[in-house]
Amino acid sequence: MDWLAEFPSLGKRDLRDLKKGIDGSFREWSRSNGDAIEAFFDPLYFFLVWLEKLLIATPWPIILIIVAGLAYLGSRSWKLALGSVVSFMLIGYFGMWKDMMATISLISVSTLICIAVGIPIGILMSRYDRVQSAITPILDLMQTIPIFVYLLPVVMLLGIGRVPGLIAVCVYAIPPIIRLTNLGIRLVDKEILEAADAFGSSYRQKLFSVQIPLALPNIFAGVNQTIMMALAMVVIASMIGVKGLGMPVLQAVQNQYLTLGLMNGLAIVALAIIFDRVSQRYGQRLQAHRYGKEHE
Amino acid sequence: MSKTKLKIENLYKIFGPRGKSFIDPVKNGMSKQELLDDHSHVLGLNNINLDIPEQRIQVIMGLSGSGKSTLIRHINRLIEPTAGAITVDDEDILSMSQLQLREFRRKKTSMVFQKFALLPHKTVAQNVAYGLTIQGEQESIAKEKSHKWIESVGLSGFEERYPAQLSGGMQQRVGLARALATDAPILLMDEAFSALDPLIRTDMQNILLELQKDLHKTIIFITHDLDEALRIGDNIAILRDGKIIQKGDPQQIIMKPADDYISDFIKDINRGKVIEVKSIMQKGSSKGASLNSSCSLEDALKVLNNEKNNECSVIDGKGKKIGKVTLDAAIGALFRERDSRNKEKYK
Repeated sequence: MDWLAEFPSLGKRDLRDLKKGIDGSFREWSRSNGDAIEAFFDPLYFFLVWLEKLLIATPWPIILIIVAGLAYLGSRSWKLALGSVVSFMLIGYFGMWKDMMATISLISVSTLICIAVGIPIGILMSRYDRVQSAITPILDLMQTIPIFVYLLPVVMLLGIGRVPGLIAVCVYAIPPIIRLTNLGIRLVDKEILEAADAFGSSYRQKLFSVQIPLALPNIFAGVNQTIMMALAMVVIASMIGVKGLGMPVLQAVQNQYLTLGLMNGLAIVALAIIFDRVSQRYGQRLQAHRYGKEHE
Repeated sequence: MSKTKLKIENLYKIFGPRGKSFIDPVKNGMSKQELLDDHSHVLGLNNINLDIPEQRIQVIMGLSGSGKSTLIRHINRLIEPTAGAITVDDEDILSMSQLQLREFRRKKTSMVFQKFALLPHKTVAQNVAYGLTIQGEQESIAKEKSHKWIESVGLSGFEERYPAQLSGGMQQRVGLARALATDAPILLMDEAFSALDPLIRTDMQNILLELQKDLHKTIIFITHDLDEALRIGDNIAILRDGKIIQKGDPQQIIMKPADDYISDFIKDINRGKVIEVKSIMQKGSSKGASLNSSCSLEDALKVLNNEKNNECSVIDGKGKKIGKVTLDAAIGALFRERDSRNKEKYK
């Protein structure tokens, strides 16, 4: 009864050959195509480097003014703007200014990419049920697969550096914006859509003047989630050579530098809170018309 | 009788994935219940035939689930029929391409919805101009036109408000102005006033009737409220289980209800106010005072009672004598319904 005790499996040698075969052919493929793929992502690399250099080269008082301005414009709250400036000053005071700029540039670029790619996909999903049922499992996969599993092929293809880090961050952070764009558009009141149809709107007119504006609060919740998840990836991205606040945390973990880890970790938390509160307030203000507050 | 604007012929709608395959069984007498129980398909409309005259108000009345909202959505093809024909100005609606249909919806029809269906993120002015904007009308012209309609529904000064800042009645005025702004000759009103308080509803009915005096649109008005139907309808069609069971002008419906269902429907109305003298007119003429043919019974009774022989002549709109009416006939018309009931009760 041996065959009952042990699960029937592929022989050890066959299994090894199978793995080796796949590994080998992927390695070969990545060797022959690596340069082309790297060249494809070059613009991204240059943009990322340019933004990072720009942020670091900009005098710090100007950055603080921009931060205060953006925080106030987003949230219309002086408290939040002041809080953001104070946090930035503290982070800079403890010597993390450059790392913070690098992290902010990574987060900004990856969020922009996620928006540029995610919103159109979400719109397609909301329009065609088939696209929705095809993409939903892919999103599930992206959100549940252990990060290191897809980090590996990315590194094999593109080596270590900013671009593979950026791709890893985007893969991890893009699902919420796709999902919430799709959901937001699908949740738009059927009667309002019927009215748009009854007046002879084309699909494009309906999309841009009714569906997207009414889905904006949800889409914005997606943007908020995407930013948060991108920030959560900062430490992991530093494992494949992305500079920023994640790198010292990684060093701290490897060398048991308690204070270094704590300081950089808290800096990431502070950034996360600022991004979250500002973008959330902005999203709430987008719905002001629903409660009739804006013009009263 | 004015010209027919809109013609609906042998229209069927069966909801469900295989609706088309049940057309023949339904035509051969399969009932709504049978279709639902045995085949899980819902019979929405069953052989609708209706000629809607130009520049009149056609009311389609029925209780919820009778198919009236389904029917009105066939006219601009928000719902596709399973079988049948719909023509507007002798043009076949059902053979239109998507592009033609869009053009038809922009230029020929406009719609007012039960729950207003305004765009919550746009101001009153932008909402009213919506139909014009999507037609690509210049902003200044759209603004000017919509301003005129906002004024005509009595909402001047509210242009920059958002719908959520307005009461229900005001929101529906916006809905009405939006529908009128495109100058479409056909106005579809789907229970447009049903969600409003009774007083505001009467208000809106007055606004509609007042506007109609100048606009002469072909209005298809859906309602479940008989008083409303009698008040504003030039013609009424009564729908039950997806079938038209009676059509005619309000007087015909009250004086000659087609079946018990309709008799039951009209039993609580104030006959004195609704029935007009012309419905009980006899041949001949009288020497006494004369009554207009559209005078209500209630008003006629006073005059008749004061006449010596309780008779009056009936004149038409131009003052020409067209018949006479007696007090007995008037009282008879008032109490006919109740009489027959009482007889049964006291037998």
